[in-house]
Amino acid sequence: MISYAIQRLFVAVLIVLLAVTTLFVMIQFVPGDPANVMLGPRATPELKEALRERLHLNDPFIVQVYHFFIGVMRGDLGVDLTSNRPVLSILIEQVPYTASLVLAVLLIALLGIPIGTYAAVHRDGLFDQASGVVSVSLIAIPPIVIGLYLILIFSVQLRWLPAIGAGEGPWEIILHLILPTLAIGLTWIGYVARLVRASVIEVLGQNHVKTARAFGIPTRRVMRAYVLRVALPATVTVLGVSIGFILSSAVIVEILFARPGIGKLMYDAVISRNYPVVMGTVLASTLFIVIATTIADLLNVMLDPRSREEG
Amino acid sequence: MEQGTSTLSRQARIGSVLRTLCSTPLGAISLLIVLAFFVIGVTADFIAPYDPVKIDVRAKLQGPSAEHWLGTDQLGRDVLSRLLVGTKVACFLAVTSVSIALVIGIVLGMLAAFTNRWIDWSMLLVFDTVRSFPTIMFALTVVALFGPSVNSIVAIVVISTFPSYARLVRTQVMSLRNAEFIEAQRAMGTSRARILLRHMLPNVIGPVMIVASMDIPLVIGVEAGLSFLGLGVRPPTPSWGTILNDGFSFIRNTSWIVIAGGLPLILTTVAFTTLGEKLRDILDPKLRK
Repeated sequence: MISYAIQRLFVAVLIVLLAVTTLFVMIQFVPGDPANVMLGPRATPELKEALRERLHLNDPFIVQVYHFFIGVMRGDLGVDLTSNRPVLSILIEQVPYTASLVLAVLLIALLGIPIGTYAAVHRDGLFDQASGVVSVSLIAIPPIVIGLYLILIFSVQLRWLPAIGAGEGPWEIILHLILPTLAIGLTWIGYVARLVRASVIEVLGQNHVKTARAFGIPTRRVMRAYVLRVALPATVTVLGVSIGFILSSAVIVEILFARPGIGKLMYDAVISRNYPVVMGTVLASTLFIVIATTIADLLNVMLDPRSREEG
Repeated sequence: MEQGTSTLSRQARIGSVLRTLCSTPLGAISLLIVLAFFVIGVTADFIAPYDPVKIDVRAKLQGPSAEHWLGTDQLGRDVLSRLLVGTKVACFLAVTSVSIALVIGIVLGMLAAFTNRWIDWSMLLVFDTVRSFPTIMFALTVVALFGPSVNSIVAIVVISTFPSYARLVRTQVMSLRNAEFIEAQRAMGTSRARILLRHMLPNVIGPVMIVASMDIPLVIGVEAGLSFLGLGVRPPTPSWGTILNDGFSFIRNTSWIVIAGGLPLILTTVAFTTLGEKLRDILDPKLRK
């Protein structure tokens, strides 16, 4: 177990290094001088030279990567080119917005558990079939379409919920979270429902569960003692591994709802070619994902040693 | 296994798969929508009732009518025609990016399974790195560096999907490696390359194609998302994402553009996913989770 954990951590660190290095390589291939792009055509050569010096653009590639990681170790992610503020403090400001959105999505995704369990117990019934079709649809439809339709229905037509910004004060913040959370979360309710349904059906077919039922133990107790105990950890694990996808949708949804957050920050940085901020957001999100997937992975191995084998 | 399958029996097999598929209404409808997607994608320019970029300001932001079935947008362009022509972009992206990703995935997956452990291990690391990175963040980075274009979208989709194909192919090849018919070939002195191409490939291509067909919704979603953000297909070229963007700007005046613009996205993504799941259940019950 411990050697497996060390191996996973090693891979996690490698993944972060590889992702950031790849980004550096890609920046090398950008046509044109980054200093030129960032300062615009009217900048003087001295200004450009100063910026190049500050960003270590004149150094060989390996040295740039080195400087970046040394900076990261010291908590220095560079400086925002437009506002001149440290990238780290900008990130720290934006993280709570994205984190609360991701957390809310994870929470409502759990609604899939009762849906999936009910569908599995009443297999091939009307509810099972209907929820199957709805789940597959929710999984397939891109979050941007779900988001637009939600805005259209609940914000434009019914005027029940706000569609812009993050709100201030606890009540407003919750109201502003509802539509973005649904835009991403409906997909995951469907996903979890399907997953739970499949694993509950599998467990129900196993001998120890059949025996328990044959002994006349009430279904409710069988479910709690044997079935959900197996199905729930699997769900939590899958959700952990899926953090990357959730974060991906969060970028689009943040922009759609004009919500502050890492996604919006990255989008604005991309539009204005603010490379230090792009690097910072990439590093932050990769770290976040790698940590989440590693924890989920370790959790999974602890609960189910079979998964240790490489698939 | 696949060896010696004559053309006749293969035709018969495809026929029986199609029959099973169409035996449920969901399967039949999905197949129909998927076929329509490709047909419209190829013939869009001929069947669109209006020129999709022709501006007619006097007719702007109209609701559905006999002339404009799905209404008009802020410049008076016919929304139905724009959606039909937008299918062309979606179809092109789906076909090109998924096939490129498939080829790369199959080649790398077979290499990983058939070369030494170090190459295998480092490939797995690269695959996992790519997979651990969120598609949209990666897409934003690519667009930041190379600018918005259809080629960027293809590159984004290829890079973010080929690792899962490669991993699947690798697993399949590894499990086939000790199958009796492969050992028989090896005993007969058949070369590695020939075993891979003639005997392994036909067996791994089916499952990976199904997984790939289920990734088409992802392609469509990436295009819609990026174009919506103004980072994909550029206006005035109609694409499903740009149409949604037009609709979003005027969502408070007329809801028609957003409603109509979302429909083809919903239909195709749901149809491809349903079709993929049904095919998988019919062809390879083992893959079912």
